[in-house]
Amino acid sequence: MAIALDMLVQAVQMLVVLALAPLLTGYVRMVKARLLRRQGPPLLQPYRDLLRLLRKEVVLAHDASWLFRVAPYLVFATTWVAAALVPTFASGLVVSAAADMIVIVALLGSARFMLALAGLDVGTSFGGIGSSREMMIASLAEPAMLMVVFTLSLLAGSTQLSSIALFMQGPGIGLRVSLALALVGLIMVAIAENARIPVDNPATHLELTMVHEAMILEYSGRHLALIEAASYLKLLLYLSVIGCVFVPWGIAPSGEGLAAYAIGLVLYATKLAAGGFMLAVFETAIAKMRVFRVSDFLGAALMLGFLAALLRFVSRVAS
Amino acid sequence: MALEVLLWCAAALLGTSAAAVAAARHRAASACVYGIALCATAIAMVAAALFLLADGRTATLLLPVGLPWLGAHFRLDALAAFFLLVVNLGSAAASLYGLGYGRHEESPARVLPFFPAFLAGMNLVVLADDAFTFLFTWEFMSLSSWALVMAHHRRPGNAEAGYIYLLMASLGTLALLLAFGLLAGPAGGYAFDAIRDASPSANVAGTVLALVLIGAGSKAGLVPLHVWLPLAHPAAPSHVSALMSGVMTKVAVYGFVRIVFDLLGEPAWWWGALVPLLGGITAVLGVLYALMQHDLKRLLAYHTVENIGIIFIGLGLALAFQANDMQAAAALALTAALFHVFNHSVFKSLLFFGAGAVLTSTGERDMEHLGGLIHRMPYTAFAFLIGSAAISALPPFNGFVSEWLTFQAILLSPALPQWSLKFLVPAIGALLALSAALAAACFVKAFGITFLGRPRTQVARDAKEVDAWSLTAMFVFVALCLLAGILPGYFIDALSSVTHALVGAHVPRQNELSWLMIVPIAESRSSYNGLLLFAFIVMAAWSATWVIHRWASAATRRSAPWDCGYPDASPITQYTAGSFSQPIRRVFGTFVFRAREEVHMPPPGDNSAARLHVRLRDVPWDVLYAPLAGAVGFAADRLNKVQFLTIRAYLTLVFGALVVLLMVLGIWQ
Amino acid sequence: MDQLALDVAHLFAGGLVLVSFMLLYQDRMTGIVNTFALHALVVSLSVAWQAYIQHAPHLYITAAIALVVKAFVIPLALHQIIVRLGIHRTIEPVVGVGLTMLAGIGLVALSVMVMLPITATAGTLAREDLAFALSVVLLGLLMMISRRNAVSQVIGFMSIENGLILAATGAKGMPLVVEISVAFSILIALIVIGVFLFRIRERFETVDIHELHEYRGEQP
Repeated sequence: MAIALDMLVQAVQMLVVLALAPLLTGYVRMVKARLLRRQGPPLLQPYRDLLRLLRKEVVLAHDASWLFRVAPYLVFATTWVAAALVPTFASGLVVSAAADMIVIVALLGSARFMLALAGLDVGTSFGGIGSSREMMIASLAEPAMLMVVFTLSLLAGSTQLSSIALFMQGPGIGLRVSLALALVGLIMVAIAENARIPVDNPATHLELTMVHEAMILEYSGRHLALIEAASYLKLLLYLSVIGCVFVPWGIAPSGEGLAAYAIGLVLYATKLAAGGFMLAVFETAIAKMRVFRVSDFLGAALMLGFLAALLRFVSRVAS
Repeated sequence: MALEVLLWCAAALLGTSAAAVAAARHRAASACVYGIALCATAIAMVAAALFLLADGRTATLLLPVGLPWLGAHFRLDALAAFFLLVVNLGSAAASLYGLGYGRHEESPARVLPFFPAFLAGMNLVVLADDAFTFLFTWEFMSLSSWALVMAHHRRPGNAEAGYIYLLMASLGTLALLLAFGLLAGPAGGYAFDAIRDASPSANVAGTVLALVLIGAGSKAGLVPLHVWLPLAHPAAPSHVSALMSGVMTKVAVYGFVRIVFDLLGEPAWWWGALVPLLGGITAVLGVLYALMQHDLKRLLAYHTVENIGIIFIGLGLALAFQANDMQAAAALALTAALFHVFNHSVFKSLLFFGAGAVLTSTGERDMEHLGGLIHRMPYTAFAFLIGSAAISALPPFNGFVSEWLTFQAILLSPALPQWSLKFLVPAIGALLALSAALAAACFVKAFGITFLGRPRTQVARDAKEVDAWSLTAMFVFVALCLLAGILPGYFIDALSSVTHALVGAHVPRQNELSWLMIVPIAESRSSYNGLLLFAFIVMAAWSATWVIHRWASAATRRSAPWDCGYPDASPITQYTAGSFSQPIRRVFGTFVFRAREEVHMPPPGDNSAARLHVRLRDVPWDVLYAPLAGAVGFAADRLNKVQFLTIRAYLTLVFGALVVLLMVLGIWQ
Repeated sequence: MDQLALDVAHLFAGGLVLVSFMLLYQDRMTGIVNTFALHALVVSLSVAWQAYIQHAPHLYITAAIALVVKAFVIPLALHQIIVRLGIHRTIEPVVGVGLTMLAGIGLVALSVMVMLPITATAGTLAREDLAFALSVVLLGLLMMISRRNAVSQVIGFMSIENGLILAATGAKGMPLVVEISVAFSILIALIVIGVFLFRIRERFETVDIHELHEYRGEQP
């Protein structure tokens, strides 16, 4: 009975993240537009975009192979599974045993692998630019994320996200320097992975400034809908991870009852709104870096993660 | 019982090799040789697997061959059984592949006699139980693989590759000879049982570790002793390359594990600092070298260097934990390293089989002349894709599980008390994470440039799918990659007898855990469930497909790709291997390789093409090997004068040597 | 409450290390000066917090001096100098940002390795605060040697002084008169350096150390 209820809550969590992801992106776009004193697209525009794309015809290049047609489904599936594994309003579920932070990082890596291959599939230089730059960014962002994961696991004693969230809610945590460094590193990685300014511009289609958009240039119709949905989910995932680890209050432990879950949902929506607002302000306030400065930026994130892990290693000193 | 079966299989392989010397030109010789090799190695693999899973008792055997006062000792215990399983799995698959690939062999007399001998040599090294047998079979393995490397000696570069391979193999054997000499001590007890009972002093143990790192490390591919590997592995025929990269390097790892963990006894703490550091540097340098290559087989060979680095990180952490009496953590690190040994032999062999298929179909190894092969060789492309995903440590395949276990071992290391380890281990964790990310970039490049896009040359356009034997070998390994990733608990349990014998503890038994997950340390710490993850991904993909098919438009149309209004019919405008790795070369290569790009632009009005030239500097080669070779050449030139002396001078030399020896004898009295 | 107070002080020390890394990362002149203003702000906040928990009101004056002089006056003056000399442009570190930051990490590890065994009798947080202060000093020195530009060397020098203030206030006691004299000497040094920069710029039209080296009169 308890297992059935846990599975139900997990299924609800999967559907909630899928439903909220386009709303979050629409909200971020709306805030950015308002900060620039523009009207901007309406809040529900991403939903309309997805529906429109679903109804359109797919145009495939002559040289596109089966990998090009299968990749959107795999990218969407892995990103959705990764986003569904992050505790949003409930933790301690039966399947939380599979919600390991290293697994989540690796699932996002799988999605990126398939997308980079799809970029190379058509045989034009646009896809090549996107794929090669994306792999350069990933070669620094993924280790930085793993060092942040190390730091958090060394503190919490586990790599499971629900254990980390539970530990951060507890009293023994205090204010730690390595946590502050890990937070800064995680924010830098989140900006790079979600193709936000200052790393990549999600609103442009100029080849000099594209990374993510260049890889998916050839996609259309239902395939593009799946890939856009995956990128919305990725943004939601990173904000959820930051909220779950650094602002963990409101996540209901297992078996607390419906009222706790409802409060958890409301708090989760608030965390997303606050995070989206800060992201929009940051994107508006800063300019985009040139491509080879991105490696310095992510190298700095890797150094911060490494420093945080190093401090965790050396501060177990018997005084 | 199992030991006798294994020795008979090795004898059968040696017999086949002898017969093949005579009958290599026969029409059915290739099929016979590979068929017998397949049967023999399959039987050996089953025998080893049964011994390992049934937790058999250690068996020893003494044969009256070899040195008269020593004989030849053979021994089968859990460690040997595991490595025999790995060796024979790779050998059986290579023999299966060879049934199809061997038909295209242009000089079978140079390959067929040495292939079974190579397999026999590898099996006998793992079974050897005294120093002489070990060294004899080690050299036999090296020489037979050298003969296979020189099989196509007329091709440019192969002769040089064989020469360097022979030099490095001799250096390695010399180091191992000295190591065994030190271990046997002045009493001269060369049997492994005698060495196990003797406990060497700390200095001797440290020297032996350094010598074993040189000897076994050079065969495995540790930096800076790796230089022969990317030259020799691609030069051999493809199934032999798979064996050398996927299996022979593991025999070298076996040598290291046997000598350091089994024969040397208690490790010192600084061993656990040196070995992971070497492993970490090897991992990152290996994958950075691989990213700069555009020859498919050299890329795979450099990648082997990276994975050997990851294995040595695990082994070194096990040494560090064992030196500090943390047995459970040592068992976890050792399990992670040994599981990676198995995984790497599976996916590296699969990738080399794919590269061999491409070579057979197109005659090309250079990625910049290929492209678009996914349309013409769909099965090979699929197998290569799964191999690439597995080696990039992507869930739900097996590469991810061993990488995850290594990370868990690193997370246990804050409990290590030594200060240098406290600073070193997070650095090694960062190097491991960096190498994993760069490996994914490397294989996007390898698969994408070779198989995707448009064909760049006529041979790529004319490629055809390879024969069924090769495809079967590849798909067996594809299935293994997926199985080992989804059900890792069974493999971890199989390793528990090995770690128990070596470090005295094992990872908790996984087979009674619910939902088939693995919990390497404790339930409260971390767990991984490959099957559940795979089920989730399949369910998510299936539900997305169902929603799309129900509510979305199914219309599809083919047309030209987006070209900004400048249609380019020429496929050379697509990304090449060099251009794909250019951002990473700019970021990492300027520091590691002194990579410099030069562009020669023709003057205005001149229609000739611009040229882009990339200069890389191989640092170990320039710093270590070139000066060494120069010094040897200089000394040889000087000593050459001894060849041209007069008779009187030679007599003076003999007289002088006699006088010196008599003086030494007199003073020593 | 006491643990929270110590934690906040520790967080300020760690924040100062973070801002020192940000200083190493900058590659524009205005960026360096603004980040230095942030550095001084964090130091003054840290000193103010120490004044609060140690109940030492004279430290408030130290904090106010650090805030006014180092976070407002000196950055404004440096901005003026940069605009007048016309040298606002990018400056690359000598060996590249990545290697400089890696060296910075090594320096932090070194100061932790040195400080923790020495101060074996103090409490854990106080020892780590001292280790962070030493790292800020070393990072300031690294800033001075890793760039070719005179203004960035001045900033590096002043960030060393910030590290010393952090160490001194953390260790419970630095008399006000010492602080005033140190602050005034820094101000005088800055004025002198500024005057020299103007004279150098007038004579040689550049403040790049590398080019100035040629005028030293030694053999090339």
